[in-house]
Amino acid sequence: MKKLLLFSIVIFVGVVFVGRLSYMQLFSFSTNQVLDDPAIKTVYDYPERGYVYDRNGELLVGNQPAYDVMVIPRETKSLDTLEFCNLLGLTKGEFLTKMKRARKYSTRLPSVLVGQLSKADYASLQEKMRKYTGFYIQKRSLRDYDTNSGANVLGYISEVNETDLRNNPYYTSGELIGRTGIEKQYEEVLRGRKGVKYIQKDRFNRVIGSYKDGKLDTLPKLGKEIHITIDKHLQEYGENLMVGKRGGIVAIEPTSGEILAMISGPTYNPALLVGRERSKNYTKLHYDSIARPTWDRSILAEPSPGSPFKTLNALVALQEGVITPETKFTCYNGFFVGKHKRGCHCGGGVRDLNSGIFNSCNAYFAGTFRKIYGKYETTDEGQDVWEKHMKSFGLGNYLGVDLPTGRPGRIPSKEYYDRAYGDGRWVSSFIISNSIGQGEVAATPIQLANMTAAIANKGWYYTPHIIKSIGNSGAIDPQYTERHYTTIDREHFTPVIESMANVYKYGTAKYIRIPDIEIAGKTGTVENYTIIDGKKTQLTDHSLFVAFAPVNKPKIAVAVYIEHGYYGSRYAGHIASLLIEKYLKGEITRTDLEKRMLEKTLEKEYAKPLSGEPFKINEYVW
Amino acid sequence: MVRRIDWITILLYGLLVFIGWINIYSTTLNEDFSSFLDFSTLYGKQLFFILLAFILAIGIFFVESTFFERFGSLLYIISLVLLLGLFLFGKTIGGAKSWYDLGIFNFQPSEFAKIATALALAKYLSDIQTDIRRVKHQWYAILIILIPAILILPQPDPGSSLVYFALFFVLFREGLPIIYLGLALILIMIFIFTLMYGVVWVGIGLGLLTSLVFLFKRPTVKIPTRPLLIFIVSCLLISLSVRFVYNEVFEQRHRNRFDLWLRIEKDERKLNEIRKTIGYNTFQAEKAIESGGLTGKGFLEGTRTKGDFVPEQHTDYIFSSLGEEWGFLGTGFVILVYTLLFLRLLQLAERQKRDFSRMYGYGVISILFIHYFVNIGMVIGLLPTVGIPLPFFSYGGSGIIFFTALLFIFLNLDANRLKEGIF
Repeated sequence: MKKLLLFSIVIFVGVVFVGRLSYMQLFSFSTNQVLDDPAIKTVYDYPERGYVYDRNGELLVGNQPAYDVMVIPRETKSLDTLEFCNLLGLTKGEFLTKMKRARKYSTRLPSVLVGQLSKADYASLQEKMRKYTGFYIQKRSLRDYDTNSGANVLGYISEVNETDLRNNPYYTSGELIGRTGIEKQYEEVLRGRKGVKYIQKDRFNRVIGSYKDGKLDTLPKLGKEIHITIDKHLQEYGENLMVGKRGGIVAIEPTSGEILAMISGPTYNPALLVGRERSKNYTKLHYDSIARPTWDRSILAEPSPGSPFKTLNALVALQEGVITPETKFTCYNGFFVGKHKRGCHCGGGVRDLNSGIFNSCNAYFAGTFRKIYGKYETTDEGQDVWEKHMKSFGLGNYLGVDLPTGRPGRIPSKEYYDRAYGDGRWVSSFIISNSIGQGEVAATPIQLANMTAAIANKGWYYTPHIIKSIGNSGAIDPQYTERHYTTIDREHFTPVIESMANVYKYGTAKYIRIPDIEIAGKTGTVENYTIIDGKKTQLTDHSLFVAFAPVNKPKIAVAVYIEHGYYGSRYAGHIASLLIEKYLKGEITRTDLEKRMLEKTLEKEYAKPLSGEPFKINEYVW
Repeated sequence: MVRRIDWITILLYGLLVFIGWINIYSTTLNEDFSSFLDFSTLYGKQLFFILLAFILAIGIFFVESTFFERFGSLLYIISLVLLLGLFLFGKTIGGAKSWYDLGIFNFQPSEFAKIATALALAKYLSDIQTDIRRVKHQWYAILIILIPAILILPQPDPGSSLVYFALFFVLFREGLPIIYLGLALILIMIFIFTLMYGVVWVGIGLGLLTSLVFLFKRPTVKIPTRPLLIFIVSCLLISLSVRFVYNEVFEQRHRNRFDLWLRIEKDERKLNEIRKTIGYNTFQAEKAIESGGLTGKGFLEGTRTKGDFVPEQHTDYIFSSLGEEWGFLGTGFVILVYTLLFLRLLQLAERQKRDFSRMYGYGVISILFIHYFVNIGMVIGLLPTVGIPLPFFSYGGSGIIFFTALLFIFLNLDANRLKEGIF
């Protein structure tokens, strides 16, 4: 025993040491060590971020140089502080605190002394800089916008945060990443690939030389330019029209699914989120919880679609064969659900498909809706069929637009109603509001625009998308060049489109016709409610409008949604007709109408529910 | 006699010295290389001392083997005087007053004292009148070990002080009941567990352990209740006093080492702070070793070694640059060589006819082993930071010379093992 003691300890310690070393060197070892080796400094060479052009090749987003004055504290020598401060536009106190902070961070590493100088300041500073050892100017690249519009589409870039660093090993602290819009969606295309140089350093952070003679170094890969489907002028024009209004507009080219304009009101100038004022501006925009300028209403707002939805109900009824265009329903200035009368604004009388649509008769569509469900033995079956048809128009689910946000809207299923009423305890009259696009259905403006495009195409659509081409190769994701067919046969679209054209000729939009352009459209006036002091309160109706033109050869389909804009033909209708004219003709002939739209605002309407006072809704002031 | 010299040991010794110097060369090399014996460089100096050590080793074989037994006590007393003299004439290097300035080089008497103590202990224990089973003689033997240890402690050089305790292995070999070792281990474990888990859990653990013993003992075995009770109570008392000792007797720098070692500090941010400050050495050393992988980065290719990131990497932390440049193959090989060396020395010690030679042999193994154990344990993060060199490996003139002397005196004794002693 006593002879074996030291012997066994020696063996034991040897085994423990080898065990520990194999854990350290074989299991903890990773080949990625170059990055966390303090002896190897990684220097990145950042390529320029790709430019963004509109559908006509006009520049939307470029880059601008910005200049930072850098300092390496221990390399500085005594200098004429006063003169230098004047040059930089600093007070002596500011200068001293900044120097102190830089010295505290590191005396050997560069710190930013004055950030993001303009080009003019840079020019005057540059030649004198040589006098001041330890200071130098570093060039950076910032986004430069060639438009004041499209902030919601273009998005912005900002420094990576800790979550990004954890999730994506590509980035290192201080780098920029696309946060929203196409900057986020096409981040990898736009940013390119940074070049890497490894430099061997000693523990005093002095450069000894290139690590492994630069064998591991890589060259930067330039970011690609992209062309997007937005029409710069249409986008700018739409945003001008939206001044003082809240809502969303989406215009699509039906034959390609390309998004021509995507407007959210209120919006902001994308340049606000670049440069020295960035964080101040961001805070201001982000915390405006009333107007919510950073909330993209064109793709995130989910109002009830209102009367434009009637056209789909008509199509479903035609497809199911429960009506013909000649089928008639009588409107008693409303219709009856059991003993309850529901109102209608169409003026009453006998309605067929044509007058039902162009006068937007609620009674006609209530009748049609009942017939669809009446065809099937159970309401469940009817609901399934109805849901299937509706969803084939891209409603009730995420569309798959190439933007990082979106909402599904809602096409209620039978399960949805089973949850609300109980299994088998509801019938079509419970959900009759769906016939006129109220009730439980909801759709985002981009879904409405897509639905309109599908009608314009008589039964098919391309998934709406923002990308037109990437770099020189031009290839885009194949999912955007694949046709989606609706479940409605082509022939049923003809009478519906005819009726939609009549909306302009005789119907609810007859006052906003455009000379020599034939438009098909549908107004929508959407009741809506909010909670004020715990009480459900009705607010002024949302104004909605969908339209496409020209009727025979559609080039643009547009959906306009204006919060609390009252009648569909008022704000939404006017804006839609102006946008269509602008896009198709390039100029506006009805200047009085244009002037009215540019000047009118709804701020008074938006202030009502917040005033704390009783207020009237749906006022006829115009 | 030359035929009886144990060439296996010398081969293993030579290997370690060679690998050690190669690493010192790598860590201290700078751009303007002139020659291996360039005295302005550390690797040049070390090579000179290695050559000096070889000459000394050869010289030792010419010394009459009985000399060491005869003059063991005298050497011991001289070393004590030298240690005492440090309080008056000592030169402070690296914060410790443990050196004599001899003009050409600095002399560290604690190294010399290690040899002297091993000799004196062997001489005392091999004395015909000494009986290790007698408590009084046990105390004398322990005193021989403790006196130099206590003299070195206030220099301050707790690392060297610790080395002397390794000589207890000699006592265990000669019959000191191993239960003492068990008690010491229990003490250390109570200390560690109390720091890590608190007194309550130590109490619970002791309770569980006792009940397990009662549960699984054979029904015929009777466990004396009173000693067991005394044992448990004293364990608890020790556990209770640990906090006090830790907070009041230890200094903050010691506490930091333990906090890091036992991961007592749970706050990840503070732990990182400790890693970057007091734990910096260990942290960097571990990182350097990890970055070596299986085959290492290659000789002179260690980026952390080149960047001089691990402080003291040519002395106490030399093992880290071995790990970085030679990888697991290198470190594993060195561990193997050390282990073989120790096992060979054990074999040699056991074949001695003379008690004195065996005891001194055990002393040599104990001293070399504790250096190896504490140093590598510290560098690979298994033990708290204690500043002692790796024998034959670390940079340092005193080190290589005295370790060589320590070893070769034993090889001398071994080579003359067949001679009858004349007293």
